[in-house]
Amino acid sequence: MSGQSLLRATGVGKSYGDRIGCRDVSFELWPGEILGIVGESGSGKTTLLNCLSANLELTAGRVEYDTRVDGMADLATMSEPARRMLMRTDWGFVHQNPRDGLRMNLSAGGNVGERLMAVGARHYGNIRRDVIDWLDRVEMEDGRIDDLPSTFSGGMQQRLQIARNLVTKPRLVFMDEPTGGLDVSVQARLLDLLRGLVRELGVACVIVTHDLGVVRLLSHRLMVMQRGRVVEQGLTDQVLDDPQHPYTQLLVSSIVSV
Amino acid sequence: MSTQSEPLLVIEGLRKSFTLHLQDGLELPVFNDVDLTVHGGECVVLSGPSGAGKSSLLRCIYGNYLPRAGQVLVRHDGALVPVTGAEPRTVLEIRRRTMGYVSQFLHVIPRIPTIDLVMEPLLVRAVDAGRARDRAAELLARLNVPERLWRLPPATFSGGEQQRVNIARSFVADYPVLLLDEPTASLDAANRDAVVELINDARARQVAVVGIFHDADVRDRVATGGFDVAAYREAA
Ligand SMILES: Nc1ncnc2c1ncn2[C@@H]1O[C@H](COP(=O)(O)OP(=O)(O)O)[C@@H](O)[C@H]1O
Ligand SMILES: [Mg+2]
Repeated sequence: MSGQSLLRATGVGKSYGDRIGCRDVSFELWPGEILGIVGESGSGKTTLLNCLSANLELTAGRVEYDTRVDGMADLATMSEPARRMLMRTDWGFVHQNPRDGLRMNLSAGGNVGERLMAVGARHYGNIRRDVIDWLDRVEMEDGRIDDLPSTFSGGMQQRLQIARNLVTKPRLVFMDEPTGGLDVSVQARLLDLLRGLVRELGVACVIVTHDLGVVRLLSHRLMVMQRGRVVEQGLTDQVLDDPQHPYTQLLVSSIVSV
Repeated sequence: MSTQSEPLLVIEGLRKSFTLHLQDGLELPVFNDVDLTVHGGECVVLSGPSGAGKSSLLRCIYGNYLPRAGQVLVRHDGALVPVTGAEPRTVLEIRRRTMGYVSQFLHVIPRIPTIDLVMEPLLVRAVDAGRARDRAAELLARLNVPERLWRLPPATFSGGEQQRVNIARSFVADYPVLLLDEPTASLDAANRDAVVELINDARARQVAVVGIFHDADVRDRVATGGFDVAAYREAA
């Protein structure tokens, strides 16, 4: 087992005035590990995700990431260019609403190719080849490469957003309700696709969702949040099959099947 | 044959109870002070009436249930390592390479073809896809799962067919430790025989098996020892 964690959160907290977004969250994420964060809406999941991915400033604690060049580095004290570089090269962020993660005025191919160019790809032929390969991997029909995302269905937009995020082979991908807002049958297909891709690439993920079926299928580990705190965490199937905390027992019992 | 070599599974002082918070915090004691050691080549059959805690014990060994006290140790990469209290990634690594589990019901990813499901435990151990497919096919054939079903997801299969897919998936990877929860429950005589043969082949390879079998005939043909879980019932 490799000896170094990829992301380390220590006492992470975020409050908005006297309202608490999340508090006292600590964990280590290992390369290739998939962490699910569940809890009802308002429990602090998205706040935590934004803290971890340097999209929000913390009010307590710190988040460190194993950078390729300098090793473990505190995100808060990293220079802005270094942080932006990290987000472009090492990280991906899949938003619940594909519109937040796509460039709507760029073609499907442009959305994927742009990410490659951002990490330095210049050879047109290679870029085009990778773009076609990735559109294919997310089961996008041939011939849609020049179409604008606005002409796509919600499920297709989400698959495009996933291609845009995975094309540069990031080491860590943050996902906020990646299957939210989609029809059930579309969700199922997207889940299968995501499961295959993240395993194949061995990419670490932090996935926020209120859907226990999603974490059962995708995540190795689970964190349960209630009112901004982590009330239980552990191996996904253990937390779901033998929940210890009253809130987790309630969550698990209030779904028909997972 | 030396079966009394180093143990593959050691359970010490294991206690399990459930706290049902949605039922006013009701305490449901299951078992207490369970000690059990299993060597390679042994098949220990758990006994006790329904509700005695047989399945709960298997799940505690597999890291799926959280014991209240005691520990479970499994020989993994040559050393006895604790499953209890281990990091999730350690438990998953033990499951990937050392410990297999056949649950009472098929509990797998929907929408994935049977053959791929059965191959998966080999693929995650980096076995080459061609060899994994051959081995999966061999097991499915041995368990009489018709070849025309291999390309379909098992969701629509009969209970017996699903159970055989489940068994194939757990025997495909030659785990050194195998946990079996009523693997023959919904099978006909011919398929029960096939499973008995698989278990006894595994024992001959020095696999340590812990199982629950409600069929007395199967039990007699695979068991090297018994363990009465009911004797460890904890007073409420
Ligand atoms: N996840 C769970 N949550 C709460 N109670 C459980 C859970 N699993 C099992 N139990 C209870 O534990 C006791 C032992 O069950 P089980 O291990 O399934 O017994 P057996 O396999 O011997 O029939 C039963 O009272 C059962 O209802
Ligand atoms: Mg049982």
